[in-house]
Amino acid sequence: MSTDPNPHGASLSIQDVAVEFDGHMALRDVTFEVDAGTLMGVVGPNGAGKSTLFNAIAGLLPVRRGKVTLHRVDQKSGELAYVPQQESVNWRFPVTATDVVMMGRCCRQGWFRRPGKKDRELVNACLGRVGLWDHRAALMTELSGGQRQRVFVARALAQEASVLLLDEAFSGVDVGAQEDLVEVLQTLRDEGRIVLLATHDLTNLAGRFDQVLCLNRHVCACGPPDQVFTSEVMEKLYGAHGVRLTMDGAGSKTT
Amino acid sequence: MIDFVVAPLEYGFMVRALIGSVLVGVMCPLVGAYVVTRNLAFLGDALAHAVLPGMVLGFMAGINPTIAAVPTGVAVAALVRTVSRRAGLSTDTSIGILFAAMFALGLVMLATAATIRIDMEDLLLGQILAMSPTGIYISLGITALVILGLFTLHHWLLFTSFDPVGSQIFNRRSNLMDYALLVMLALVIVIGIQAAGVILVMAMLVTPAATAYLLVRRFVPMMMAAAVMGAAAAVTGLYISYHFNLPAGPAMTLVASGIFVLVASFRRRAHA
Repeated sequence: MSTDPNPHGASLSIQDVAVEFDGHMALRDVTFEVDAGTLMGVVGPNGAGKSTLFNAIAGLLPVRRGKVTLHRVDQKSGELAYVPQQESVNWRFPVTATDVVMMGRCCRQGWFRRPGKKDRELVNACLGRVGLWDHRAALMTELSGGQRQRVFVARALAQEASVLLLDEAFSGVDVGAQEDLVEVLQTLRDEGRIVLLATHDLTNLAGRFDQVLCLNRHVCACGPPDQVFTSEVMEKLYGAHGVRLTMDGAGSKTT
Repeated sequence: MIDFVVAPLEYGFMVRALIGSVLVGVMCPLVGAYVVTRNLAFLGDALAHAVLPGMVLGFMAGINPTIAAVPTGVAVAALVRTVSRRAGLSTDTSIGILFAAMFALGLVMLATAATIRIDMEDLLLGQILAMSPTGIYISLGITALVILGLFTLHHWLLFTSFDPVGSQIFNRRSNLMDYALLVMLALVIVIGIQAAGVILVMAMLVTPAATAYLLVRRFVPMMMAAAVMGAAAAVTGLYISYHFNLPAGPAMTLVASGIFVLVASFRRRAHA
């Protein structure tokens, strides 16, 4: 299908990065690498700097120290895609699922481009891939939280992105829909894309990710989920409450 | 009935007023669709007041006040964003400061320029019956420019309106779209002031678009419905004002408001 981009071969390297946000150091000493074809969960409590990290990767926030390197990603042509937090979207604006996916297509090449037949076919194909063909004419406000996230993923597909950043992707999304979303993301990963998903709670689905980055202003741990979700890391991440979390939920799932 | 419609058109000023009304009735609601869905009503109101010094300057220099209002509106629109960014204030606050300052400046200029006589009421309530051929040409030029802008930048305007953060990550310069929208807003306000005046131009900008928002689900049909209702309200208002000897701006406003009230009471909202 034409939605499949070339083998992406993109990689992301974050070295000793420090980022300032709102007058304080929101992130410091952040170092990790992500290879092509990786689905990575970025976990941490609210205020841990997950959005800041994404903004720094996208180049919206200046890096104070260190280096963010995106290999083989042409940001100018939209190869880096972003799925926004629910609260940063203007839901009053009346657009349909198709309209949103078309944004990814039309805005890719210049300011003045109008959609052609090819673009419309591609948009339809992208909606089909995330399982929303039947909802293509629905307004975004009529969709559930999980369906909205999948529309944004379809937009990323339409813009032929090789790196996807999903910010707080599970908020307002029920558990079943979280699984559907992760399933879609896994197929994108299998095609060689890098997918980073930030959430403050990865209790149920940790095992479905290749890598997990635990972030609390700095990297508490980074690696495969079964190595990362230890009580020691959880305590670093969430304080004493985190230990209980591991024993109740994540621990049993991921060990 | 035919006389009701045709008879007034024997007068040149009524033909110009009719053309002016249609342009205002179409253009203000087209941009107004963005105003309503992006919560820019206060900014629109402020822009309408803030062009006053430009218009007074135009009178003083013997230039058509509408031409003089265009750069003022565009400058104030750009200034709002810059002030709120630089000073770290909310957009609302920056608008409040600029709007009052510019309007006051206009009033002081009016008071000091004793040599020119400007009817305050015309400025505040509009003077569509006194529209000059030049005024019509300016309105036509602005109309062409704004329609071109809305059409060519359509997808970017949708993107930045719906998902501001996502669009900025997509393209670092997507905030240029916010400026483009503000400029178009300033331009249609300048056309609107001629018909409805500084105060009532809001009725053309917001009311038909809000009515359309209640009736229509998607954005583009909403723009179209708003333009049709805006033109209908402006033209009906103009005829009512002619036949019943009422001021045109308020008549148009009342027709637009009447349509809104009707739609709002008989129609469930199109948006959850």
